[in-house]
Formats: sequence, C-alpha cells, structure tokens
Amino acid sequence: MKYVDEFRAPELIGKAGEEIRRLADSKRHYRIMEVCGGHTHAIYRFGLKDLLPENVELIHGPGCPVCVLPMGRIDDGLSLTAKPEFIFAAFGDMMRVPGTHGSPLEYKARGMDVRIVYSPADALKLARLNPKKHVVFFAIGFETTAPSTALTIIRAKSEGLTNFSVFCNHVTIIPAIRAILDSPDMRLDGFVGPGHVSTVIGCRPYEWIAQEEGKPVVVSGFEPLDILQSIVMLLGQLRNGESKVENQYKRVVPWEGNRAALRAMAEVFELRPYFEWRGLGFISQSALKIRSAYGEWDSEQRFTVPGVRVTDPKAAQCGEVLKGVLKPSQCKLFGRECTPEQPVGALMVSSEGSCAAHYNYSQHKPVTIASAAAV
Amino acid sequence: MATPAPKIKFREPQIEMAHGAGGKASRRLVEGLFAPLLFGAGQGPLGDAAHIQINGTRIAMTTDSFVVNPLRFPGGSIGELAINGTVNDLAVSGARAEAIVVTYVLEAGLPTDILEAEVRAMGKAAKEAGVRIAGGDTKVVEHGKADGMYVTTTGIGRLIPGVAISPESVKPGDKILLSGPIGDHGITILLARGELDLEAEIQSDTRSVLPLVQSMVQAAGGGIRWMRDPTRGGVATSLNELARDCGCGIVLFEETIPVRDTVRGACELLGLDPLHIANEGQFLAVVAADRADAALEALRQTPGGAESVMIGEVRDEPAGSVLVTTLYGGGRLVDMLVGDPLPRIC
Repeated sequence: MKYVDEFRAPELIGKAGEEIRRLADSKRHYRIMEVCGGHTHAIYRFGLKDLLPENVELIHGPGCPVCVLPMGRIDDGLSLTAKPEFIFAAFGDMMRVPGTHGSPLEYKARGMDVRIVYSPADALKLARLNPKKHVVFFAIGFETTAPSTALTIIRAKSEGLTNFSVFCNHVTIIPAIRAILDSPDMRLDGFVGPGHVSTVIGCRPYEWIAQEEGKPVVVSGFEPLDILQSIVMLLGQLRNGESKVENQYKRVVPWEGNRAALRAMAEVFELRPYFEWRGLGFISQSALKIRSAYGEWDSEQRFTVPGVRVTDPKAAQCGEVLKGVLKPSQCKLFGRECTPEQPVGALMVSSEGSCAAHYNYSQHKPVTIASAAAV
Repeated sequence: MATPAPKIKFREPQIEMAHGAGGKASRRLVEGLFAPLLFGAGQGPLGDAAHIQINGTRIAMTTDSFVVNPLRFPGGSIGELAINGTVNDLAVSGARAEAIVVTYVLEAGLPTDILEAEVRAMGKAAKEAGVRIAGGDTKVVEHGKADGMYVTTTGIGRLIPGVAISPESVKPGDKILLSGPIGDHGITILLARGELDLEAEIQSDTRSVLPLVQSMVQAAGGGIRWMRDPTRGGVATSLNELARDCGCGIVLFEETIPVRDTVRGACELLGLDPLHIANEGQFLAVVAADRADAALEALRQTPGGAESVMIGEVRDEPAGSVLVTTLYGGGRLVDMLVGDPLPRIC
C-alpha cells in the first residue's frame, strides 16, 4: 500500500534501530516523551520498544483527547441529551468512555439516541435528516479536529440549520506540554512532537520548548520509520548538545501550519480562561469555546448545562500516568479493576490511551520471539 | 441427594450490544448465564456446533441468527449468509450439513420482492452447499421492529469420518492454517451501510467452506486438531478462545497473514485491526506439524483455496494468549475483540 509500506520496510526499520543504538551514549539514560496518543498506539502496535536499547525510554504524553477529558464533561453532555428530542453524536472513541452513570453506549442501550459519527459534518447531516430532533455533536480533540468543528459550525450558520449545536471540549496542546514541563517530578530529555496537530499549527509554537526549556522537539509522522527516525534526530541533537525544533513529517506538516484551518478556528473559537484536564487539573487558556457570534450553535450557550465536577476514583493514578511519572502497569488498578472492557480511567478506554495500549499489546512479560523463518 | 444450584457468574445489569458482538462480553454471557442454567455441569469448551448421540449415531447440531443491516451488500445478502453460516459452523466442527430448518422474523411492510429475493438466495446457497432445507417457521412483527427481516437457521450434520477435533488436543509445535484473506465481510458491511462516505472495490467473502474442509480432512485426517470459522470478533477472537481452551500460546507471523489492500486501507483509516474484523467464508485450522504441509497443499489445490496460508504456530508461551510478531522482530499481544466496533454485521 503506497505511503504506508515504504514507511514499514523491515530493512529500513532495522537500519534506524542500528542508528539509534549508535547515537545513544551507553552511559546516559534518555527519557523521551511522545506527546501524541497516535504515536503511543503505533509504538505498541508495531512493537517499536523492542527495537530500542534499554537506556532509551519512551514516556507517553498527554496527547489523547479522550483521556484528558474530565468525567464531569461527559456527564454534562449526556445529561443534556437524555431527552427524546435529542440525538447525541460523537466519534467512536467517545462511546465507551465512562460517565458517572455509564458510557454513551450504555445510555444508548437504555434508549438514548446515540450515534457514532466519523466527522462533525456527519453530525450536521444527521441534523438535516432529522429536522424534528436537535443534534448535539460532542466535540473532542486538539487542534487536529478543531478546524473541522469550526467549519461545520460556520456551515450550520450559513445554512440556517438551528437543530444542531456543538458541546465543545476542544483543547490545545501547548499549555498541556507547559504543564508537564512545569511539573516538578518530571525529567525529560526531548519530545517526539505531535504530527497531526502540527499539520494545523505548524512547528513554530514549539520553539519555546527548544529555546527556553532547552529540550529538542522533532515533529513526527506516525509510521514506524517516522517514529524511529524522529528518535534518531533527537539523539543526534542531544549528542551535539543542541536543542531545536525539527520537522521529520515534512511530507505532511508545513512549518507555518495550515492558515485556512487556523482562520476557521479563529473565526469560531476563543480561548476559555481555564479548563479542567483529567489528571492535570485546571490549566489556564488551554481550551476553546465557541464565540458568542456563533452562540446559537453552542450547546452550552443555548441550553442549561449542569456543570458537573467529578473527582477521579482515588485509587486510580491516571494523573501520574498521564504526566509520565508512572508507567501504566505501575498504577494500582491496572489490569485488575481497570481493563479496556471495564475501564475506571479514560486512559484505558481510547486505543490511544497509554493504559489501553499497554494492556492490549504487552500486559504480559516480554516474550522472546524466534524469527518467522522458524516455521 | 439434591443437585447443587447452578452457579451464575453473569451479574451485568443489562444487555449491551457488546454481548452480541462475539468477543469477551459474549463469552461472559454464554459461560456465565446460559451454560450453567441450560447445559449443567461438566460442559467442556463451547464449540461452533454441539455433538449429540442418537441411537449410537453421532450427529452435529448448530443454530445461528442473522440480523445483518443492510440486507443486501456487495458479494451477498442475508439469505446466503444464513445458509453458509450454518453450513460453515457444522463444517468446522467436523460435520457435513445434511438438513437445515429456517425461521423468518419479518417486519410488517417488508416488500415481497425483497423477501422473494432472499428466499431465492437461500435456495441457491443451499443447492451449492449440498444441503436440504427441511422446514421452517414464519413470524411477523410490527413495522419498525426487525430491520426488514431476521433469519435463524438450525442445521444438523453427519460427522466426517476420520476427524476428531478438540482444543485439548492442540499441542506446541502444531501449525495454524488460514483459508484466505481476512476482513472482507466486515469491511464490506461497514462500507455498504453508507455512513462513512468511503467507497472501495470489495465484496463479502460469504461461501460454504465445506469443500475446503473436506479436502483438508482427506489429506491430513487425524492430524487436524481444531477448526473454527472466524466470524464476529475475527481471527483474533477465535484464536484467543483457542489459546484459553488449550492453555498454549498462539504465535502469528504478521507478514504472512493475508489482508487485501482495500481492507488494510479501510482499517488504517478507521483505526481497526483486520484481526478483529468478521469473515463469512474463511476458516482457521490447527494441524499437527507433520501433516501441515499436506493439509496446506490440499487446501491450495481445492477451488477457492489458492490463497490458503500458514500464519503461525502453537507454542508453550505466552500461555493462554495470542502474540503477533511484527515485521521487525518486535511483538504485540492481540486480545479478543472488546465491545463492538462494527455493530451487527452477520
């Protein structure tokens, strides 16, 4: 398959692995955070950890939008649509995320009209097809998905479609990275920068990490070769005592970002003064809300939302895992009370969540693998 | 002495879609509620068909309901699925389907021409599979209650001589065979629903696998330890059930598992694993190492079996789990399907 297979070719992967071993100083321990949940998933799915030397450690970052969403927001969204005249529409990732009284799928089993959509435009289509109902699109995601939500709201306004609104949970990546760097118990050597987010915001917003914090950032694609090459680039910078922002994902990410997408976001959204992140607490100016000019398409401005706050179960250590302080398997609930099937914390729900990735792909001790040639 | 009350382990408050998706939740329901109340103690691992003895003759019996939406899709329809599904459940339990009875649950308002097309499709599929349709029943429910129509088929079959399969007979060293590319059916249904605005040249793989099973049995007979058609929950779920039942580790070599480019592409886009996608015309077999080559050769020589491959082997470790080796010598565990990524596809 084009644009996929060439980034998974075993001989190239093998070479990248060798290069990593050559660059990594055996007297040093490297802690590299991959910010994005998509990277976490790929690292587990392709078994990339097995290719790294022991002193190159990957720490899973906060870039999984489902995982950082506090439970109160899910409760708010679901309480809004618990009447027969509403349709609750969300991405598939949201469907198994537990609220206080169950996940959207469990609400669906009890009779709520819950639909899985693959884009906000699909939710708008639902509104057109169901003129007697009000469709609430439960929007989540970083800058990756925010532009398509913005364009959908602009479209709803231009069509005069009033039975559609967005319950907006869009967050921004930079404040989350700052919160992690401010966290006293963190020691990181560099970042594998988010690929999809950067297609929208470009590479410039990371420059402070390199310049003020002295940590290299390499914006990376999602194929195995992309991720390994980004690690090679990070180790190269560290070896030379450099810290700069590099773009490994040039085939997709323009340095300046996507101006049209940024314009659409600026047209529809403004920053919230503060927003609660699961595991990280309240972070100022870290999330987006819908401007009053588009208030009719904002579920929060249009309807009364209870504003529920739910504290995470005490025993769950989602916050520490999310910040990379603990490994998923070091959480007391991991694999016992908390599994992908009956998740306690959101990190176990999304396939991009580090706990689910760890559970699904490597919950047991590593197994030595003989080569396929043994068959 | 009074029989002890059956132990019911299923304590979930309500039925979710996941309980019908063929993965972990389905297994909890069957083993936690149905098995203790209906089958009693001493029930072994649950296979695709029950083997029962009547007057010294052993027969296999199975039943399956079809609630697919849409009713027709590229490469097949609910009628063909209903026949092939039951023929295949019998085939992979080592039996040749002899007779099938059919129950239709029809929704008031269903156009007759749609029903007629499905009845014709069933007749044709039955003829091709060499099975007699021996009877049936019809119920009609109110409009809006049954997505047009639901079909249940129940089949009995005669055991194919020389086959003795059970998960307990599976041993480290055995080889795992697969009859062809995976994921075609599940992805076809997903795209046929038209909710994704994705189009691809792909069709369901629905077919009877009996001819393939028969030629493999001829070639490898007693060397065949276990068979399963990986429908809902896909290859990953079937092999996890095997791993749990036999206590061994199942190791798959990712680069050998056949997946068409269209299926791979759709899975990449949608974040799905082809190993979790449903199939309706493929089967998995575990064959003793010394008979595996002969079994594979026989499959490849049979019409429809040219794409058969050996995809892995049984090992001591990781006991009770399925491990996929990646192209680069790394490994990942693949669990059963959790939940229901593609609701109601067969």
